[in-house]
Amino acid sequence: MRDLWVICAAAAFLAAGTYVLRWVGPALPASLTESPRAKQLIDDSAILLLTGVMATTALLQDQGFAGWARVLGVGAAGVLAWFRAPMLVVIIAAAVVTALARATFGLV
Amino acid sequence: MPESIADSRRRLLYEAAVVASAVFVVGVAYGAMSVNAGLPTWFAPVVGFFVLAASSEMLFVGLLAGGANSWIAAAAALAVNSRHLPYGLAATDVLGTGWKRYARIHLVNDETVAFAAAQQTPAARRLAYTWSGLGILITWPVGALLGSVIGRMFDVAIIGLDAMFPAVILALIMSGIRDPRTRYGCLAAAVIAVGAALVLPEGIAPVLAVLALPLMRPRPIDPAVDAERAEAEDA
Repeated sequence: MRDLWVICAAAAFLAAGTYVLRWVGPALPASLTESPRAKQLIDDSAILLLTGVMATTALLQDQGFAGWARVLGVGAAGVLAWFRAPMLVVIIAAAVVTALARATFGLV
Repeated sequence: MPESIADSRRRLLYEAAVVASAVFVVGVAYGAMSVNAGLPTWFAPVVGFFVLAASSEMLFVGLLAGGANSWIAAAAALAVNSRHLPYGLAATDVLGTGWKRYARIHLVNDETVAFAAAQQTPAARRLAYTWSGLGILITWPVGALLGSVIGRMFDVAIIGLDAMFPAVILALIMSGIRDPRTRYGCLAAAVIAVGAALVLPEGIAPVLAVLALPLMRPRPIDPAVDAERAEAEDA
């Protein structure tokens, strides 16, 4: 590997920068964030961001389609979560369905 | 019948443990990936503890493995974490004061914010946030260590581990998808993010999902209506 010290310095930069990003929102004055309207906008934004993260990680890998196996696994998890299955069941189902789709049907 | 306080604490602790366990498994994949990129065994666990943001770390290590400049890789990974700014806003009311506030800020991430948002009362939100956050602070580096140690024998894809991260997030946002007020916005957010991800650098696209904000219908103002809905959801 190239110079490990440079890589570690870059990793420290990433850690510090990420902490600053986390800190900025709560550091804003409460008057900006505490009205019911603002709270709703903030909570809704968080749900939308999470939906974006979920959809891209379920469907894509390296800017291309991630393959049907992962989509089936996450889809099965979604159906179970819709019917209020316990979290553990939902997550294990995602891995098992994806693995089975790869092993039995040869899906990617 | 509404559950007792002890029952609801027990349920929160159990669910936080499940979230942290899922992160553990993703951590194993991350550790395996980082030793395969030629990094030392301690790298993934140490960086995991201090960055504590899975997708950005995996991008960082992935770019290093591909031969990218260290600083460019770190900048790209930091851009992936831009969503932590609005996450921090969403978490403001669970942070508390004093040194705990600065410790809790470090725990802002996909899982903790989603898990807290899924709770009905402020006390439950703070407990959910803190327990899942502390759990992840332990399981992510420990998972990364295990993955680093067994890295060369492990293939993430074969056992379906890659489906676990989106499944965790999906389970946590399900109440938002079930609610007609937010359902259509979520659908649009998914379409926007996936469409944008095909053309934009990795990690930036999910941030554009907030463009679906106008599709989120206003919440009823009357607190009685809110309380009724909360009860209906618990039933």
